Amino acid sequence: MTPIAPAMTDAAFALALALLLLAPLAIAGVALINTGLGRSRSAAQALLGNLAIVAVTAIVFALIGASVAGNLPGTPGSEGHILHLAGKPWNWLGAGPFLLSGMAAAPAQAQLALLFEFLAVAMAAIIPWGSGADRFRLTAGCAAAAVMAGIVFPLLAHWVWAGGWLSQLGVNFSLGAGFLDPGGAATVHLFGGLSALAVIWIAGPRKGKFPKEGLATALPGHNAVYILFGCMVALVGWLGWNLAGALIWLHAPLSALPVTAINTVLSASAALAATFVVTRVRFGKPDASLCANAWLAGLVASSACAALITPGAALAVGLIAGIVTPLLVELLELAVSIDDPSGAITVHAAGGLLGLLAAGIFAPQQGQLVAQLVGIATLLGLVLPLVYLLFWILNRVHPFRADPDGERIGMDLHELGGGAYPEFVIHRDESYR
Amino acid sequence: MKYAGLLVMPAGFFLSIAALVLFPAPASRAAFVFCGLAVEALGLVVAVRGHMQPRGESRP
Repeated sequence: MTPIAPAMTDAAFALALALLLLAPLAIAGVALINTGLGRSRSAAQALLGNLAIVAVTAIVFALIGASVAGNLPGTPGSEGHILHLAGKPWNWLGAGPFLLSGMAAAPAQAQLALLFEFLAVAMAAIIPWGSGADRFRLTAGCAAAAVMAGIVFPLLAHWVWAGGWLSQLGVNFSLGAGFLDPGGAATVHLFGGLSALAVIWIAGPRKGKFPKEGLATALPGHNAVYILFGCMVALVGWLGWNLAGALIWLHAPLSALPVTAINTVLSASAALAATFVVTRVRFGKPDASLCANAWLAGLVASSACAALITPGAALAVGLIAGIVTPLLVELLELAVSIDDPSGAITVHAAGGLLGLLAAGIFAPQQGQLVAQLVGIATLLGLVLPLVYLLFWILNRVHPFRADPDGERIGMDLHELGGGAYPEFVIHRDESYR
Repeated sequence: MKYAGLLVMPAGFFLSIAALVLFPAPASRAAFVFCGLAVEALGLVVAVRGHMQPRGESRP
């Protein structure tokens, strides 16, 4: 995140490209987890939604987003729109070429950066889809993804990765190396988690989730195998993502990559172990879906800091993520009535937040923590209200929530006309009595 | 309530940005960035409480 991107060697380019080709496995893993955590009567709609959202974000980002996000510093079209305020330049909007024109002639690193952003926007947009499971309409989900890919993500990507004002905090205000987010903890996961919160607030909880009396109704995920296999698939993708991010955004030497990979695995492993113990102590037996959430939270936290911290610190980050995850899931559901089937707010928003803080605390540069805090303040104070406003307007035009009958019979039958498991017997839902 | 909370949050963001411009000293700058985050947290709490549904509202 220096002002001018240094040239990349051929070996680093080839490796970064190969690693980025693994990154879609992270998207596939999260899609599997989202589907498994929903109900069986909405499984086909959930998985089709993930696929459709990846398609929509690719198209919208190519049409609008890439231009707004701009190019890497030092490459043609990277100047962006600069606001001069208080004697400092604030590069707030990219000015990349329209419809990816001239991409083939762009420097190798700029092409990799664009590919990274294409994958990142897809991952960010499927996060709120998981939180809206069992009630979020397919077309509304795609429209929300289009808003994310066309407006909000490109702005964030420009600010953080393409020479925008957050990445320049180090140059302009002597805050470390500027806001650091090599694996997308802020631009992808915190942004996705906050968008999930906006979707949950606007769509409301699933029918029967919060009854008139007593505790919230447990609506467990329908397929633990999807959830846990999704975690394994996600690990492969995350390794690709974190290593590619270190090469592209931090210009890390090849010799630094093994430690980044080890930190990624350590963070997820420590989170899983901590949640295993916490749920074993609290409930008598370990909880599979909470352990899966913790694994993912550890991976999300590593997105921000795996390339910047030591293995010992990665272990500590993972442990904290693993302790916080089951407690926060419980708090959000029982204390503040948030119905988040995929646990996106805990996993992606809180996990991302933790990783970004860890990057600030453990980084050697002076002022890095303040830079990270300014980035977090931007996400929380500017991006969340903006996303809420955009989704609120979208919901007025095209309602997010399926009608009550659709929710009752399941989103598969309601929206697709057929279920994911046609040979299954669908039981009557007791919560509707 | 829910909209009030969401309106408070950008105020916290601008407080953090103002801290960068107004305070060159690292300690006071960090303190004001923390204050901005605290304002955002306050706004978030208000927004969360505003969105909490009374029990039974989601029941058909």
